[in-house]
Amino acid sequence: MHKKSILLIAGLSFAALGTAHAADLRTQAISATCLSCHGPNGKSGGAIPSLAGLEKGYFVQAMKDFKSGARPASIMKKHAAGYTDAEFEAMGAYFASLK
Amino acid sequence: MTINRRDFLKVSGAGAASTLITGCASQGGASAMKGNPKVVIVGAGFGGATCAKYLRKWGPNIEVTIVEPNDNFVSCPISNWVLAGMKSMNDITHGYGNLSKHGIKMVKDYVVGVDTGKREVKLKSGSSLSYDRLVLAPGVEVLTDSVGGYKEAEAAGKVVHAWKAGPQTAHLRKQLEAMPDGGVFVMSVPTAPYRCPPGPYERACMVASYFKKAKPKSKIILLDGNPDIASKKGLFMWAWNTHYPGMIEYRANNAPRAVDGNKMIVSTEFDDVKADVMNVVPKQRAGEVCGMAGARNDSAGVWCTVKLDSFESTTVPNVHIIGDSVLSNLPKSGHMATNHAKIAAASIVEMLAGRPPISVPVVANTCYSATSDTTAGYVANVFRFDKEKGYVTQPDGGATGQGDEINLAYAESWAQNIWAEALS
Repeated sequence: MHKKSILLIAGLSFAALGTAHAADLRTQAISATCLSCHGPNGKSGGAIPSLAGLEKGYFVQAMKDFKSGARPASIMKKHAAGYTDAEFEAMGAYFASLK
Repeated sequence: MTINRRDFLKVSGAGAASTLITGCASQGGASAMKGNPKVVIVGAGFGGATCAKYLRKWGPNIEVTIVEPNDNFVSCPISNWVLAGMKSMNDITHGYGNLSKHGIKMVKDYVVGVDTGKREVKLKSGSSLSYDRLVLAPGVEVLTDSVGGYKEAEAAGKVVHAWKAGPQTAHLRKQLEAMPDGGVFVMSVPTAPYRCPPGPYERACMVASYFKKAKPKSKIILLDGNPDIASKKGLFMWAWNTHYPGMIEYRANNAPRAVDGNKMIVSTEFDDVKADVMNVVPKQRAGEVCGMAGARNDSAGVWCTVKLDSFESTTVPNVHIIGDSVLSNLPKSGHMATNHAKIAAASIVEMLAGRPPISVPVVANTCYSATSDTTAGYVANVFRFDKEKGYVTQPDGGATGQGDEINLAYAESWAQNIWAEALS
């Protein structure tokens, strides 16, 4: 993981993080909750899009646009509304890393 | 089993050394010192199976055993679609075979006792399993005793709840198929909190969808124990008025007190309602094994309260409860159970390594409901963790006011993906 990502992820936490390991697991845990809809390892079957391997910049912009309303959406507007830009960055880096 | 040194280093990294020295006293690490940490999970539903997979993913040194009495997983979400004839029992039934690929041990048995002092689970077969941490994911216990005459009528096949998908779902579908056109389907909604708040109203839509096509003179009476539609009210009112005008009679504050399987009558405080098919869903509490562990610790002794950063019981150490047995402001949904499972798994991995639980700062719920055989709507909410308040519902979530075709396609895709997430 890049240093930049680690810094971003560390910024998400409420308590000070002891190790990079903990930051990584926290990001994985946040991202994993998306996979109940988007499929194991980010690979979806059917109408819901896959997240695995999405380019990070694309993911982050899509989420910001869902949140602002710039991109028309149904359920994703309600989801994006609850997340921070730093979380979009951290999740985007993680999903981009999934093969 | 001994610690594989290479795996141990790979998995635990730098933090592990401190575990062995300092982590034992507070984290139940005594047996972890002798070998790999052991987690026993009771129940292989959405919560239990997902928790097992993520424990193995994030803590490959952890020995994970699931105790599950059933041969197959039968999904409650989408089971209402079976009543409409949109799906078959086969579509919602899945095997547990893939879990072994993750190194998860499946034990087909039934828990008959939990010794939280010895950290041991006793099984019906006579054997027992020791644990460092125990995860209880039993779903709900349906309190059929709470409705007079229920057990007799249920044994005679005259009433089912079908609130655990399986043989009762198939039985209810057969009863609906056998019902004459012009018949009355009486269904009840338990008083909240109960498993799957929108489920009863979706069921009314699905049965109505079937009646509209196959027996259009029939009627549905929905007896609700609650003062109003408990979930997605706008969506369901839209569906009933648009797709099924005049077919569904909704009665608030009408909890059934008794059923009579011979006369086919559901009795409320106010009157006796004659039925051709009775689908009374009694109130519920945390699964039986939660009682065995002394973890039904809310004020009524019915549900389990947990520390929401780890889902460990607020009163019983080393015992985590996930899914519908938990009392919190997170909805009792299969989707939420998978996310309880992930939060619990991340924290258990950390706690077994002698570190504090992970506070997963944000989690979401998604729940689709079909409103006809061509439309569905949803509710979606995001929750953020607060040390004092637990998971706080964020603004700008909520439910759709109407169903549409694209959301039916998403609902179907959601089901495929969450089944795979839990079981593949």
